[in-house]
Amino acid sequence: MNGVGTVGTQRAVVFTGDRPLTLASGARLPEVEVAYETYGELNEDRSNAVFICHALSGDAHAAGVHEGDDPDRPGWWDNIIGPGRPLDTDRFFVVCANVLGGCKGTTGPSSVDPETGKPYGLRFPLVQVRDLVEVHRALLRELGVQRLLAAVGGSLGGMQALQWAIDHPTEIDGAAVIAASARLSAQNIAFSAVAREAIMRDPDFAEGDYYENDRRPDAGLALARMIGHITYLSEESMREKFGRRIQDAEVPRFGFDVDFQVESYLHYQGQSFVERFDANTYLYMGRTMDYFDPFEDRVAVQKQISQGKTSFLVLSFDSDWRFSTEHARLMASELRGAGAPVTFQEISSPHGHDSFLFPDPPEYHRTVAGYMDRLAVQRGIPARRAG
Amino acid sequence: MRPDLDIVASLVGEGQRVLDLGCGDGALLENLIDDRGCRGLGVERELDDFHACVSRGVPVTQGDLEKELPLFEAGDFDVAVLSLTLQAVRRPDHVLTEMKRVAARLVVSLPNFAHWRLRAFLALRGRMPVTDALPYQWYDTPNIHLCTIVDFENLTRELGLEIDRRILIDATGRKTGGFARRAPNLLAERAVYSLTA
Repeated sequence: MNGVGTVGTQRAVVFTGDRPLTLASGARLPEVEVAYETYGELNEDRSNAVFICHALSGDAHAAGVHEGDDPDRPGWWDNIIGPGRPLDTDRFFVVCANVLGGCKGTTGPSSVDPETGKPYGLRFPLVQVRDLVEVHRALLRELGVQRLLAAVGGSLGGMQALQWAIDHPTEIDGAAVIAASARLSAQNIAFSAVAREAIMRDPDFAEGDYYENDRRPDAGLALARMIGHITYLSEESMREKFGRRIQDAEVPRFGFDVDFQVESYLHYQGQSFVERFDANTYLYMGRTMDYFDPFEDRVAVQKQISQGKTSFLVLSFDSDWRFSTEHARLMASELRGAGAPVTFQEISSPHGHDSFLFPDPPEYHRTVAGYMDRLAVQRGIPARRAG
Repeated sequence: MRPDLDIVASLVGEGQRVLDLGCGDGALLENLIDDRGCRGLGVERELDDFHACVSRGVPVTQGDLEKELPLFEAGDFDVAVLSLTLQAVRRPDHVLTEMKRVAARLVVSLPNFAHWRLRAFLALRGRMPVTDALPYQWYDTPNIHLCTIVDFENLTRELGLEIDRRILIDATGRKTGGFARRAPNLLAERAVYSLTA
């Protein structure tokens, strides 16, 4: 089955000098540009928009291939977006945008501060998940979309879908919150802290002002990514992928260099990450997740939820130990307590936290497809074409 | 909707917060939510039934009700429903106790193993009964804790549950006539109860 084909990333300036973005913290950003992609067509009554919220290291390129790219390496969530796929581009207008604070085209710490003419670095304000959502909404206004059929996301993406549904309950029919958390655990924050220290202690970090230097905090960022990657995989998937096998040899070399396959893999993950990601964005997004606590004021959440009819789909994966099923259950329970209809499923999958990115086991996409179909039916959007 | 579910729905009432344990394809909950103004949540283990609930837009948790029940807070619901499922759980007494904890009222329906046809089947053929109401062989039946109306009512007393209403129904799920009420344990194929703590 073919996907969405060749696509391109577009840009839109959604906040400017006369209409700046005021963040939840009160800080202001004079200009915000957003990088985004869309797949499928907006229907006449503008009721079929689905927003894809990406995770920590994601970007706007969720599906299809860019001109000249390897056709076997499509966007990061291509397996779920496309004609006949659960996020069916024959019926839905799918939008994905790089988040505020990102480094893939949307304004973030690597962008130039119009007031100084230099990259923000650590002078970029701390952003909350709700700020990310506000920028998504501003983009949708530009695209002529007033309401969403659904917001869908995994991990940090799920947090955005959740916050969106809490803050704007009348604008969103459904929120699919996958492999996410409404409150990071002490263990989560501990991992986040080690990753942050790895970056900030790198001598090339230069207090975040490394953009004009010859060297960037690559070693620190690679280390942070290696730590993160360990938490994204399950013990089982690591054992299956690597076991205790030795890289490019039959017998161990007995030394301190990379020897085991798993070490080589982590090393590669770290190195390839520094080529495509900004260390400051990693710091900012880590902090955004650490401080995320949408149910802190339960009474306010209840009041918000009661104003809309948003239905929630909460999914977790049994091998995910970063945001385990306990996180998902807490979220489902908080949402139900606030009066929201919540469907919850723990899916058995070997891929750990990364499970949300995989098409298997088929049970996962079956549930997402069924949930999307139901939302579509409620809005009078035609059923999926058979076959 | 199955006629017996109609009876269960009428016992649940209007505008209630309902937990339906072993909710199947979600038909009862859909009726309660759409037609009776209830807020509902189902728990269903079977994947095909879970997906049927998703398609109906009925909120559901996929999982084993005996594992899910303890995770709810006391008083989370007004009514907990267990429709033709009590006989299939590992510990019916624990399930009833947990239902009592999470909801003020219970609606429970069950097949009566003392119905005369089942008694006759066992007495005359000397084999475990297989009927329209209980169509399984002894080795593949999910019904591991069958009981009679008398057994069930004894258990409710032990658990401190009060029977507010009892409706006797036949295998097609319709109310039985006045005759069955004279000897329910012999003549009723199923019974639906409304219980309070």
